[in-house]
Amino acid sequence: MLHNLSIGELSRSLNSGQISSVELTRHFLARIERLNPALNALITLTATQALESAARADARRAAAGERGPLLGIPLIHKDIFCTDGVRTSCGSRMLDNFIAPYDATVVARLKAAGAVMLGKANMDEFAMGSSNETSYYGPVKNPWDTTKVPGGSSGGSAAATAARLAPFATGTDTGGSIRQPAALTGVTGVKPTYGRVSRFGMIAFASSLDQAGVFAHSAEDAAIVLQAMAGFDARDSTSIDIPVPDYPETLNAPLKGLKIGLLREFFDGLEARNAALIHDALKLYTSLGAQTVEVSLPHLPLSVPTYYVVAPAECSSNLSRFDGVRFGYRCEAPKDLLDLYKRSRGEGFGAEVKRRIMTGTYVLSAGYFDAYYLQAQKVRRLITDDFRAAFGQVDLLIGPTTPTPAFAIGAKIDDPVTMYLNDIYTIGANLAGLPGLSLPCGLIDGLPMGLQLIGPHFSEAKLLNAAHLYQQSTDWHKQAPRGFE
Amino acid sequence: MMTDWEVVIGLEIHAQLATKSKIFSGSATTYGAPPNVQADLVDLAYPGVLPVLNGEAVRMAVKFGLSIGAEVARRSVFARKNYFYPDLPKGYQISQYELPVVKQGKLAVMLDDGTVKTIGVTRAHLEEDAGKSLHEGLANASGIDLNRAGTPLLEIVSEPDMRSAKEAVAYMKKIHTLVRYLEICDGNMQEGSFRCDANVSVRPRGREKFGTRAEIKNLNSFRFVEKAIHYEVARQVDLLESGGTVLQETRLYDSDKDETRSMRSKEEANDYRYFPDPDLLPVHIDEEFIEAVRATLPELPDEKAARFAQDFSLSTYDAGVLSASRELGAYFESVVAALGAGHAKLAANWVMGELASALNRDNVDIVFSRVSPKYLSDLLLRIVDATISGKIAKEVFEAMWSEGKTADAIIEAKGLKQITDSGAIEGVIDAVMAANPKQLADYRSGKDKLFGFFVGQVMKATEGKANPGQLNELLKAKLGSS
Repeated sequence: MLHNLSIGELSRSLNSGQISSVELTRHFLARIERLNPALNALITLTATQALESAARADARRAAAGERGPLLGIPLIHKDIFCTDGVRTSCGSRMLDNFIAPYDATVVARLKAAGAVMLGKANMDEFAMGSSNETSYYGPVKNPWDTTKVPGGSSGGSAAATAARLAPFATGTDTGGSIRQPAALTGVTGVKPTYGRVSRFGMIAFASSLDQAGVFAHSAEDAAIVLQAMAGFDARDSTSIDIPVPDYPETLNAPLKGLKIGLLREFFDGLEARNAALIHDALKLYTSLGAQTVEVSLPHLPLSVPTYYVVAPAECSSNLSRFDGVRFGYRCEAPKDLLDLYKRSRGEGFGAEVKRRIMTGTYVLSAGYFDAYYLQAQKVRRLITDDFRAAFGQVDLLIGPTTPTPAFAIGAKIDDPVTMYLNDIYTIGANLAGLPGLSLPCGLIDGLPMGLQLIGPHFSEAKLLNAAHLYQQSTDWHKQAPRGFE
Repeated sequence: MMTDWEVVIGLEIHAQLATKSKIFSGSATTYGAPPNVQADLVDLAYPGVLPVLNGEAVRMAVKFGLSIGAEVARRSVFARKNYFYPDLPKGYQISQYELPVVKQGKLAVMLDDGTVKTIGVTRAHLEEDAGKSLHEGLANASGIDLNRAGTPLLEIVSEPDMRSAKEAVAYMKKIHTLVRYLEICDGNMQEGSFRCDANVSVRPRGREKFGTRAEIKNLNSFRFVEKAIHYEVARQVDLLESGGTVLQETRLYDSDKDETRSMRSKEEANDYRYFPDPDLLPVHIDEEFIEAVRATLPELPDEKAARFAQDFSLSTYDAGVLSASRELGAYFESVVAALGAGHAKLAANWVMGELASALNRDNVDIVFSRVSPKYLSDLLLRIVDATISGKIAKEVFEAMWSEGKTADAIIEAKGLKQITDSGAIEGVIDAVMAANPKQLADYRSGKDKLFGFFVGQVMKATEGKANPGQLNELLKAKLGSS
């Protein structure tokens, strides 16, 4: 079936004229119509525009002889990316009425490559959450078991990719928001180096941690998409001006001599079945010629508390612009300015967003700034230094993406600290700005688990290479949830 | 006994930098455009947009730093100052907090009595301006104009080194002169391009510890700065002498009532929750950049004044006045160039005298002077070559100012040419002597003072056109010979 083909296969079919982009787009739109109601993965469908873009892609291919690898390939954007003329809600009531007047750089680049947007994916409100339960539009359900969460915050993108509602989807990762849902839904998710992909037009949660990335069915597909997304953007001062390597080109580079670091801190207290999956993966890598070395990042256990100071601090300021004055939600009949602010924000934001704004406001306030914000910045530096030291010894770090498989909807939503601990293995890479990748590596209780690879800055090519060779020898990434095959 | 109070003043000057576009967006900064036409998505703080620093603003800040001998920070950081207000679209202002681009510098300021005082400049930092709230002409609503939001400002913070309102004004004027010399700010105070906040306190003279200060916000004229400080000092002294205490607070100067009013106390002050802006990287400035900026520095006011004093033998005061703006200095120098350096004092007197008062009277900028440097030097040449006297020249100047003609044309048309024909002058002297026999006799019997009387009479008879030097000589000879 079309929805199980790789991007490369789809592209070849389009090039050979076996199918058209319009047909491909219709196929996925029909799947979305049929399957999305059970998942709530998409919150905006842009069928008309999609068919128009598909027709344009077909014309480009026919008339101009264009052969770009994404030309005519459908995708779904996380609703955190501004899309010109299309509602961009960020999963919040605050932006339920917000039609973005411009395209984010990521959106513009994929559009230029000829990719066809099918719609916008559900997400945790303002990307704050690890289960996709904080969305104003209701929780997303995991296609492997619809009583379970898909992870978050890019839960809609992950679930949609897992359910084969699109060949790929965009996401963002601030503390694990691509890798964790990728793991819990059995897809490949890449969070690039901070600065590799432009943040322009991506609604900010925590500016120093946010990074856009991709969900796909394989590392090979992810490499094609990342190739189109990555690169310097003068409109994002934190974007970094170094050339983008040819990711697909190096997917098959031999791993002989690759040094893989096993993070001691990741294995302390790791559940046995989870540990067994990681060890299976290590065995495979060893058979491919890699060596494993045990390394330690002594400050890594401090990453969760550090993150929950830095990220709320930045979000408390980033979300100040949502004040009911220029766009977004405005309360009914405000009686004065203060009332306008209080009720617009009070009614427009959900509980988790408010919790983080309050936390962030607190850690930045006079008298607490040094003890929290400054201290967290110091620890962040120590964690970054730990990673740097580790990468002096090894090429990649390997470990689990999450402590457990997907949990039940409602199980942790009232216990923020337990919920925050879901991100324990992913947050470190964000604090240090490193690239990370999660790929499916097995099942526990019939639910997918993720293997996480973390590399030094700008090592995406190596991560994709290692993931691809794993996927050449395994078929976890090819397994589809029942009912979505 | 009455306490002798000492006034302590520090100024925070906001100079709007004369960049073409805003500090973090591509919008234009032109003054006076219809509301919100110069606000793009970045200025409106739309979701997802990001700031990009305008390098020109940094260059201008560095230029200022070099002009006051300050250290330019090799690394400076933009921070967010968080507070809610409708004319602040992001809910925070991007400013520099702990690490400003310009560190400690200093400025020499000449006071009215001719003494020079050095005022310390603590720092100067870059920041963005806010928009404007409009309350007039809207029923039950406020308007917001974001044209000004994101306009680059250089905030120049002085040490509390000034001891009177006059010193504060002299310092502010000096900074005003400097930023215009550097062409980094148009200095237009009506349009708000140059304004200041004044921190004012008083203490008994001799005490080291500063008194509690009040900050007077947003003063946009030199006169208001002076009056607001006067009012505030009197208020604080009254308060202290009647047993009260000064509260640390922000006050607003009401120019209509000539008083300051409390805006908010220290307790009501916002907690701005400053932290480094994660959307902007630290600004790194290297030696090469600094030297490139240094190469663009013009001759600075103090340097120009020193050169004027040295090359043209002018007094420190004259040299200071003539270098108060680049345009005035250039005007003066063109006049001197045409006359020759030997006549610099004459040029100085005319530029500072007749020309300055005409410009002032008609409120005309020197750039648009109705008498050009060429016209003025042509006029002065007629004094030098004795075609007319200084006194007649003033009359000619007035005619030039109102008619826009050359000096020669006016001298010709009005028949103002000086009489230098000895015979003609002698004839008039003879006639005057004949008409005033009593005064002549008195003079000859020793009343020397009457010499002036005869000069006056001759001048009157020649309508002031007799060459004064010749007249003196001839008159002396005639009166002496009986």
